Amino acid sequence: MSAPSMPAEAQPESFAFTEANLERARALIAKYPAGRQASAVIPLLDLAQRQHDNWLPRAAMDTVADMLSMPRIRVYEVASFYTMFNRAPVGKHLVQVCTNTPCWLRGSDAVVSSCRRKLGIDFGETTADGQFTLVEVECLGACVNAPMIQVNDDTYEDLDGPRTEALLDALARGERPASGSTTGRSGACPAGGPTTLTASAERAGIALPSAGSADILPADDR
Amino acid sequence: MPKLTIDGVQVEVEPGTSVLQAAEKLGIEIPRFCYHERLSVPANCRMCLVEMERAPKPIASCAMPCSDGMVIKTNTETVRKARRGVMEFLLINHPLDCPICDQGGECDLQDQAMGYGFDHSRYGESKRAVTNKNLGPLVATVMTRCIHCTRCIRFIDEIAGVPVLGATSRGEHMEVTTYVEQAIDSELSGNLVDVCPVGALTAKPYAFTARPWELRKTESIDVFDAVGSNIRVDVRGPEVMRVLPRLAEDINEEWISDKSRYAIDGLKRQRLDRPYVRRDGKLVATSWDDAFAAIAQRLNGVPGSRIAALAGDLADAESMLALKDLMIALGSPHRDCRQDGAQFDVSARAGWLFNSGIAGIEQADAILLIGTNLRWEAPLINARVRKRYLQGGLKVGVIGPQHDLTYPTTLIGAGPQSLEDLIEGRHGFAAVLKEAKRPLLILGTGAVQRRDGLAVQALARRAAETFGMITDDWNGYNFLHLAAARTGGLELGFVPGEGGLATAGIVAAAGAGELDVVYLLGADEIDGGRFGKAFVIYQGHHGDRGAHRADVVLPGAAYTEKNATYVNTEGRAQWGRQATFAPAEAREDWKILRALSAVLGHPLPYDSLGAVRRQLAATSPVFGAIDARVAASWAPFGGPGAVDAVPFAAPIENFYMTDPISRASVTMAQCTEAFILPAREKTGTHG
Repeated sequence: MSAPSMPAEAQPESFAFTEANLERARALIAKYPAGRQASAVIPLLDLAQRQHDNWLPRAAMDTVADMLSMPRIRVYEVASFYTMFNRAPVGKHLVQVCTNTPCWLRGSDAVVSSCRRKLGIDFGETTADGQFTLVEVECLGACVNAPMIQVNDDTYEDLDGPRTEALLDALARGERPASGSTTGRSGACPAGGPTTLTASAERAGIALPSAGSADILPADDR
Repeated sequence: MPKLTIDGVQVEVEPGTSVLQAAEKLGIEIPRFCYHERLSVPANCRMCLVEMERAPKPIASCAMPCSDGMVIKTNTETVRKARRGVMEFLLINHPLDCPICDQGGECDLQDQAMGYGFDHSRYGESKRAVTNKNLGPLVATVMTRCIHCTRCIRFIDEIAGVPVLGATSRGEHMEVTTYVEQAIDSELSGNLVDVCPVGALTAKPYAFTARPWELRKTESIDVFDAVGSNIRVDVRGPEVMRVLPRLAEDINEEWISDKSRYAIDGLKRQRLDRPYVRRDGKLVATSWDDAFAAIAQRLNGVPGSRIAALAGDLADAESMLALKDLMIALGSPHRDCRQDGAQFDVSARAGWLFNSGIAGIEQADAILLIGTNLRWEAPLINARVRKRYLQGGLKVGVIGPQHDLTYPTTLIGAGPQSLEDLIEGRHGFAAVLKEAKRPLLILGTGAVQRRDGLAVQALARRAAETFGMITDDWNGYNFLHLAAARTGGLELGFVPGEGGLATAGIVAAAGAGELDVVYLLGADEIDGGRFGKAFVIYQGHHGDRGAHRADVVLPGAAYTEKNATYVNTEGRAQWGRQATFAPAEAREDWKILRALSAVLGHPLPYDSLGAVRRQLAATSPVFGAIDARVAASWAPFGGPGAVDAVPFAAPIENFYMTDPISRASVTMAQCTEAFILPAREKTGTHG
């Protein structure tokens, strides 16, 4: 299987940073010693991607390469190495579903099928209205709150089928739900509320965080 | 100096030597794919794993520097197991297409799989397939075979200086690619095929034509530029199948230019395979006797002063000596080996040699390029300058047209005036040259092919003397020739004799009817129409410009078809060896001249190659010291007079077509189309 290549269509002729982003880019480059400006390649690519509808056209990579006076191929290498850089247009909401072992054990299959059903697309596809792109990703690093998905910069954890659908509905309405656990638990606290040091907390007069929703377990696990 | 033990043998090595190099010193073979002596060390193939005492796991010997007291074992069960494991992983995604692979029979992967691999495969899944890349007319790709050693990426980045190859994506999706489809615009791209340890990059023109075990290999010398690269000519039957570089540390290291490697298909086209005589305005095929008779008849009664000879760019020393001796016997002083009209003070060798030597570039710390596009005129010398640049601390100044030479240069000016300014210290680069310990200048042919050529040389000599380029142990005055024949011709005196005419004079005299006979020894760079009504004898191997104008054509041998001596721009004489036979009636060039001399009644005093070479050695000591560089003593040269203000011009318009062989080559025509024409359109300098 060959790596996905850049689509020839949809490539804009040119790319230029906005005045504000140019300022920001200069500040990023200045963080590194003179002659080592190539170190700024990842932040600059990220900046370019954010400016350009969440994807990196070839012109943007070339612009970054020329700004950092490095061979263009070195920038292509970086941009293609990191999966966070999209080299083809993506929907407004880039839905990245983790299917690695912890998420899968905790019910990512239900999350995936909800996404497929709700959006009517499969992995690697974009909805016709350009709102959603669905991709399968490797571990997103919140296994303790598995299963999870990431939408653009926000992560949504402790998902199940219905909550996934609710999330997608909210996104479709143009809302931006608060990131984190969808069951309302605080951070990575135990799902059923604290179980240790409760007495000490009581003695110290610290209010215990609420348990959040009781039924956070996926339906088939209950 | 660290001392270490490898397989029970103690060895002392230079600090910084890797374990792999130390083992090599002891003659212990360690398999490798990504490691290459002349490239950086990424240590990513893991094939060179060896066991080190007190290390928890095998180490990559190519990247492990030797240290004192190290104990290395290269032949233990752990090492064998590690190699088998690495090999098994490398072969997982490597196709089993050896029978249809051009690398078959000379493939590192094949050899090492036999030597160090598993005896069977345990892999039953499907293999990955990768789309092939279009890298231009020279390098063919079968990317599924790639094992990601990254040698090609490092070569094109470090040696060729054209960073267009990279590894995109990662893991199973990793691909070696240019990402945006483009041909590799480098004069050294053919070497990618050599550095690739598998069949991922192969030679496009050679594709599916021969197997390495069918080829007869002959060590020879390249003639497409004046570098004198050492090559190996591979022949099957009568046909030259390919040309590969040969190791020559002082000259081409282990690289050759694309023209040297791929222009050989020109050896099969447009060949002169029998003598021709012009009858009623048309060239008619004839016999040797007939052709010689026609020459003898025309020369009968013609005084020597009305005969002239010009030697071309690919002429060998033996034939030039024979022609020179024949001309002297006929009483003619008009001869020249410089078709391009370059002017030299012939008596002062230092003025037209690459005095520092090509390897000497590595000692230089400041280089001044005058009127030369080094990248096209001598790609391997340019690669040497780049090598020196990568070591750091090198400054390069340019007078003349500025080109992308693959390293940064400072443009000083365009013409001789700028050189004068530099000498007077009116340019900042003068300080750089003054402070340099080993400054060096390279004077290109473009700077002396002008009316004021000798004055330019005098100026360059002044620059060399002003900036301390000439000391007891350093001569930084370098002249770069373009033609393989040139230095040899100058060494043996194929230049106007007493009262003789040089190229321009010969052409003008012939055009004005003052010369009756012009003998062209492979001289193809002069427009035939300019010889007027003169009787033109053309001896050479290709039906190029010279043969078109000729009245008699004598078919000679190309460089792969004769034992011949060539002197490179350093003044190093080397022997090219016969790899195959000239087609049909064509003969070795000095033999043609020897035979003709007998017909003309002035038999030359040598009947064997040995005798010619003894005569050559008597003419100049250079020919007695084969493969060695005969240094020149510093003596005043150059000429008086003022220099023109005209900027220096580039003598080569198209790197891929500079001589009769490359002009006849289909591959070189494809390269011209791929690289030269688009660039011309872009700059708009040519129409």
